[in-house]
Amino acid sequence: MTNSWTDIRNTDLVVIMGGNAAEAHPCGFKWVTEAKANRGAKLIVVDPRFTRSASVADFYAPIRQGSDIAFLLGVMNYCIKNDKVQWDYVKAFTNAAFIVKDGFEYKDGLFTGYDETKRDYDKSTWNYVIGDDGFAVIDDTLTNPRCVWNLLKAHISVYTPEMVERICGTPKEKFLKVAEMISECSTPTKTMTSMYALGWTQHSKGSQNIRSMAMLQLVLGNIGVRGGGMNALRGHSNIQGLTDVGLMSNLLPGYMTLPNEKEVDFDTYMSTRGFKPLRPNQMSYWQNYRKFFVSFLKTMWGAAATPENHFAYDWLPKLDVPGYDVLRAFELMNQGKMTGYICQGFNPLLAAPNRTKLTASLSKLKFLVTMDPLDTETSRFWENHGEFNDVDSSQIQTEVYQLPSTCFAEDEGSLTNSGRWLQWHWPGGTAPGEAKTDNWIMAQIYTRLRDLYRKEGGAFPDPIVNLDWSYADPGEPTAEELAKELNGKALAPVMDPTDPTKVVVEAGKLVPSFAALRDDGSTTSGCWIYSGCFNENGNNMARRDTSDPDETGAYLKWAFSWPVNRRILYNRASADLNGKAWDPSRKLIEWDGQKWSGYDVPDIAPTAKPQDVGPFIMNAEGVSRFFVVGMMRDGPFPSHYEPFESPVTNLIAPKIRGNPVARVFKGDFAQFAEPASQEFPYAATSYRLTEHFHYWTKHVWVNAVLQPEFFVEISEELAKEKGIVKGGWVRVWSKRGSIKAKAVVTKRIKPLICDGKPVHVVGIPLHWGFTGAAKKGFGPNSLTPFVGDANIETPEYKAFLVNIEPIAGPVA
Amino acid sequence: MNMELSRRQFLAATGAGVASTALGAFGFGEIEAAHAEAIRAFKLVNTTETRNTCPYCSVACGIIMYSKGDLKKGEKAEIVHIEGDTDHPTNRGTLCPKGAALLDFVKAETRLKYPMVRKPGSDKFERISWNDALDRIARLMKDDRDGNFVQKNNDGVTVNRWTTTGFLAASATTNETAFATYKVVRSAGMLVFDNQARV
Repeated sequence: MTNSWTDIRNTDLVVIMGGNAAEAHPCGFKWVTEAKANRGAKLIVVDPRFTRSASVADFYAPIRQGSDIAFLLGVMNYCIKNDKVQWDYVKAFTNAAFIVKDGFEYKDGLFTGYDETKRDYDKSTWNYVIGDDGFAVIDDTLTNPRCVWNLLKAHISVYTPEMVERICGTPKEKFLKVAEMISECSTPTKTMTSMYALGWTQHSKGSQNIRSMAMLQLVLGNIGVRGGGMNALRGHSNIQGLTDVGLMSNLLPGYMTLPNEKEVDFDTYMSTRGFKPLRPNQMSYWQNYRKFFVSFLKTMWGAAATPENHFAYDWLPKLDVPGYDVLRAFELMNQGKMTGYICQGFNPLLAAPNRTKLTASLSKLKFLVTMDPLDTETSRFWENHGEFNDVDSSQIQTEVYQLPSTCFAEDEGSLTNSGRWLQWHWPGGTAPGEAKTDNWIMAQIYTRLRDLYRKEGGAFPDPIVNLDWSYADPGEPTAEELAKELNGKALAPVMDPTDPTKVVVEAGKLVPSFAALRDDGSTTSGCWIYSGCFNENGNNMARRDTSDPDETGAYLKWAFSWPVNRRILYNRASADLNGKAWDPSRKLIEWDGQKWSGYDVPDIAPTAKPQDVGPFIMNAEGVSRFFVVGMMRDGPFPSHYEPFESPVTNLIAPKIRGNPVARVFKGDFAQFAEPASQEFPYAATSYRLTEHFHYWTKHVWVNAVLQPEFFVEISEELAKEKGIVKGGWVRVWSKRGSIKAKAVVTKRIKPLICDGKPVHVVGIPLHWGFTGAAKKGFGPNSLTPFVGDANIETPEYKAFLVNIEPIAGPVA
Repeated sequence: MNMELSRRQFLAATGAGVASTALGAFGFGEIEAAHAEAIRAFKLVNTTETRNTCPYCSVACGIIMYSKGDLKKGEKAEIVHIEGDTDHPTNRGTLCPKGAALLDFVKAETRLKYPMVRKPGSDKFERISWNDALDRIARLMKDDRDGNFVQKNNDGVTVNRWTTTGFLAASATTNETAFATYKVVRSAGMLVFDNQARV
């Protein structure tokens, strides 16, 4: 989230699209209710199902899953055509005026530079014109036909209300009502917030779904303001934290990236991370990358990371592919190229797509280790559970270790919520049996591995034996020790760059924030964006002061929000070019002629003059981007692509199937149903219920009683067509698997008319398996395709094709 | 201040043991006092309160856990009740159908208690000691790493990577556990590394 849960109270319009906050995030959704009750805010829900969020909405519009980009670009087109644009914001705070290189164009669903065999683009034309002064050329008048704004207008002009109806199945008048309500937020005094979740991410173009809304929010001037923003409602309690700390194949902590093998040394690596400003005076904050990177390496390898060995740069593994995400991991396993897999609090047998492939893959491992408080399906993938896990144990040679870990109630430390608040929690109970904390388990594995390397030698032991592991008890680091490590400390006195005689941080002290980090090896910090979480003031994540001056919803003294306790990102954009709030009733920070101050920690240098320095300080442009240079694999603008399995062909670009640059492994393409398939005619989607959390709460008696049994949800029309009765049994199958379920026949789902043809939606909730207190059941991952988003490989769970038929129920 | 908090403060301040005295001071007669003493004591009076956050979704509602026994005193502690934290700015004491049932998660019958091993081809889990399990895991990891670690690629570039053993990190561990995990995984050169951000 750019903003926070408690900030939603400040909005005028909530758009829930790609999520279902009332059911999946109930206590966060209360802030929508607050805004409705206290400010007269309106709620719009756009979803294939009439969800509980929709049931309390002021307006609901149906949409076919997987067509969000067409809808959102349609709204943007409407706003521009009807002059519903916050012009001052767009002109000053976006790259609308930047001139794009000749050669860049979009045609027939593809941008310039497409290579069909590589399923990738040569992005060399996707760039700005750079002037002789080294800066990007701009046209403030927005008249140059090659400026971003004019290219954008042309690019989205095809998404008329009529086209939106044909693609999305949203009746034109409903679309227009949504577009009109949204467009009203283009005035400086009306604000809209976007609340989305996996309904947008779990698509082969998930990243561009989100970009589309972010761009719309820029047109309306809603980024950086109270009650605005792009608010990703993360699914799990600390998935924000796990991502922040960089636990992904290609990440270093704090959104730095792991080197690839072309970055043969430290200097080559840094050469593409200089982030020289693209416009005069801009902060381009990533210019400090080297400080964060060196401080991270010093945290890892301490005294062994020296200027002479480039702070142990060579000890970081180098990538040969963009990333070894969970899909690639299972692909490699299935090819017999992996030996071992360790699953910490993760149940991939139910969470990753195409379960048949997952079981085959796990069966080829030599060993599997699970660490979990609960008895997961993954840890028992080798055990026969009849039709729910139909395997022959004797044929599976995988050695499996199931390690019992503590749960939240028995563990200490911080979790980062969706609003970037790091909140500390304390243990209150004794763990059952011999269950141990994850810190203990990881430390025990590490110290054993290290000791084996010390004793026996082996393949390149240096990074293992030299890892800084100087905890009071190396067998179990404490949460406080690790939190201080994340924060960072001074190894030598840190001097003031403007006054070399002045010490900013004494040696041995915790740094106050990342501003004190240095690139010479004199500081450490495990995760620069968390710096400030535990400094010489103490554990800031444990703060519990509920004061909130003027009830802005900031709660600056409650816990710690990254970065530097800032509650709303890009908050300098809440004020105009002179530094005055766009909306005085929603003042956030303002310029007093000397400095910035207000209700939040300014997201700008405190003395940066408002006319000189742009609000988007992490971007080299200093402004936000309608047109993105190089960072998105599938285009500088979003474009409508159908899901890989779609009930219709792509109306905008009939020859394009799926996302043209999404990675598809050999063999998986053959397992996709054809577009507009007769064999698999129905559009399926997965979702959560409010009574369950993923695959955990089926272990909880109360929740198992509330929702005991797996079901699928279909419309009355489809039920009639197929002879399916309410509560009757059905078989649902895709090209990859087959499941049995009870049918919930509902008015909540209605057939959509897409390009004149009815499309039936089949809803498949995801909470059942073969362990726990609930009845045994299936999940959507028995059916879903093995393909992910083109940029970050989030599996396409939300849009795929199935068939359905009534069957006789099991004999009771 | 809202009603919920003041009720709790009142009960904590008076307590069952002093109920008769307090009631006497309020002017009740003996019959009322006897009646008051017959009422079951407030069940959370002698419990330890601990602040925590709900482990499910990312709203991170504040919760209070009530335990018999106090971990800080080195005692065994059994959690007997969990409720929403009224002081918490986000949830202000409320919980959803999942959070309201957290106690049953802590005490789920399918909570794991002991390390288990399933041997190749076997159809059952067997108990194993932590020591034996961890020794074996470290050995399996080292043997695989020694056999498959790539120090240089075909172009002679130092790459120091290990791609035959992978690690999936959690979605509900603490940031501190995440960093300990990060250090262990990366120092070993592992690249097959992911978390639940996408599912």
